[in-house]
Amino acid sequence: MPDSPIARWRQLRAQSVLLPTSEELALDQQAVDLEPLTPEPLEAAGGRFSRRSFLSGLGATSLMASAAPLVVAAAPALASTVASESDDAASGASVTLRVNGKEHTLRGIDPRATLLDTLRERIHLTGTKKGCDHGQCGACTVHVNGRRVNSCLSFAVMHEGDEITTIEGIGQPDNLHAMQAAFVEHDGYQCGYCTSGQIMSAVALLQEPIGSTDDDVMQAMSGNICRCGAYGNILVAVKQVRARA
Amino acid sequence: MQTFQYSKADTVEKALAGAATGRFIAGGTTLVDLMKLDVEQPKELVDINPLPLATIEKLQDGGLRVGAMVCNSDLAWNADVKSFYPVLSQALLSGASPQLRNMATTGGNLMQRTRCVYFREPTAGTPGGYGCNKRAPGTGCAAMDGYNRMHAILGVSDQCIATHPSDMCVAMAALEAVIHVEGPKGKRTIAFADFHKLPGDTPHIENALEPGELITHVDLPKLPEGARSAYLKLRDRASYEFALASAAVIAKVEGGQIRFIRVAMGGVGTKPWRSHEAEAALDGKEANDANCRAAAAAALAGAKTLPGNAFKVELARRCVVRALKIVTA
Repeated sequence: MPDSPIARWRQLRAQSVLLPTSEELALDQQAVDLEPLTPEPLEAAGGRFSRRSFLSGLGATSLMASAAPLVVAAAPALASTVASESDDAASGASVTLRVNGKEHTLRGIDPRATLLDTLRERIHLTGTKKGCDHGQCGACTVHVNGRRVNSCLSFAVMHEGDEITTIEGIGQPDNLHAMQAAFVEHDGYQCGYCTSGQIMSAVALLQEPIGSTDDDVMQAMSGNICRCGAYGNILVAVKQVRARA
Repeated sequence: MQTFQYSKADTVEKALAGAATGRFIAGGTTLVDLMKLDVEQPKELVDINPLPLATIEKLQDGGLRVGAMVCNSDLAWNADVKSFYPVLSQALLSGASPQLRNMATTGGNLMQRTRCVYFREPTAGTPGGYGCNKRAPGTGCAAMDGYNRMHAILGVSDQCIATHPSDMCVAMAALEAVIHVEGPKGKRTIAFADFHKLPGDTPHIENALEPGELITHVDLPKLPEGARSAYLKLRDRASYEFALASAAVIAKVEGGQIRFIRVAMGGVGTKPWRSHEAEAALDGKEANDANCRAAAAAALAGAKTLPGNAFKVELARRCVVRALKIVTA
């Protein structure tokens, strides 16, 4: 099962990069960790857990409780997290991604790391969501060179030099993009998980040569699935911004 | 996902050098998806996104030359494609989602692999997994007596009934596009009808590319003045879904008689399905209801069905009739 928690946990990182592919990798070489879900020290967070670090810790704990053999693989990975950046520097493989106008040089990147996982786990821009991980749901939609794409179906190493925009680059809590404001105004969401992808698609379609009818907007938004079924309100929000643009 | 060596090629020469041992990656919408499922396990990937093959040019003879790296949305929205090949623009816009169309390329779409659920199963073709002759020849076909509602009824063999999923390719089959490739032995062209292979006894061989060959561009021949074209796609949802049946039709009607006709079907064939039978039934005839129905019946005469996909015969007939009426009206 490629989408099991174990597979996700094992998905990323560097050791394999410079190994000749003719040699089969030993299991412990393949079982590389999802690098920096850096546990925040209690004192650094002002004595409070962040939601994210709490959930990460919870995930690791429950994995250890439910899958004893995994502990062997997972524990060294966790222990090596702190040192990983310097280890990776020695490996030399790196990519520079330009995200929301800022350059991020990532050392020791695994060629298998998708743009989505890299944005979330390495650059810590967790506004972009992982839904199906197969290009079927649109939760991972970001803009590459001004166009919307599914970041789950692209490897990060393919994006050196590209201009990448995530939901964090579209607007901020005190400076919302008109589309974000319209989604808030019209309740264009329920649980909110698909929302950043919906908004990235909605912002992109403002520049696309699509027609003016509701059907045209619905077609243009069809790559973003909303399991809560907020489609009606999403349509109203998109239409409002298009009308004012 | 199995790991791989990664390199970039910014010239065709570099790409061909890398192809000796590696696979090309362009938009990645099929390949990355299938790598996550362990269906594809390339040891080396050659990223061809930097290649200077993303242009659309007019040819001297009035046709259009489409670079292999032109993405599906650029091709669909190109002014010349919309004017002269509406069937292609419509087919592209009916496929996938806007995000995927921004990634998927012309060359990559030609190489798109089937959506057969058994083929996509990570362990298919391995001991304990579903049988799949496309994944591992000789392991059988789980779709034959399994869930085969989406499967093909034309061009099938007793080894494989996997449907070819592309919409773009159906339009290109009707347009008689010409595929240009470059490889270790030089450049050559492949007629569209010869590019995709029927499954026969070798369902794992899907196209006519030789090892190391790169698709560089696709030529669209000029259509006769006054020809009209359209793509009609029938599916379970109104958008973002593969075809149950589709039809690409190009026709020119003069003095009430059909003077030029091309018919191709999607969603029903193991490859993009050109129907010479339907064309023969219409050429020189009047574009009336009876003739359209006769042509559609001829197109489906060779259908081989299973319980799950038998409905596609009637659906595809009606799809062809409706598409013919749209372009001959």
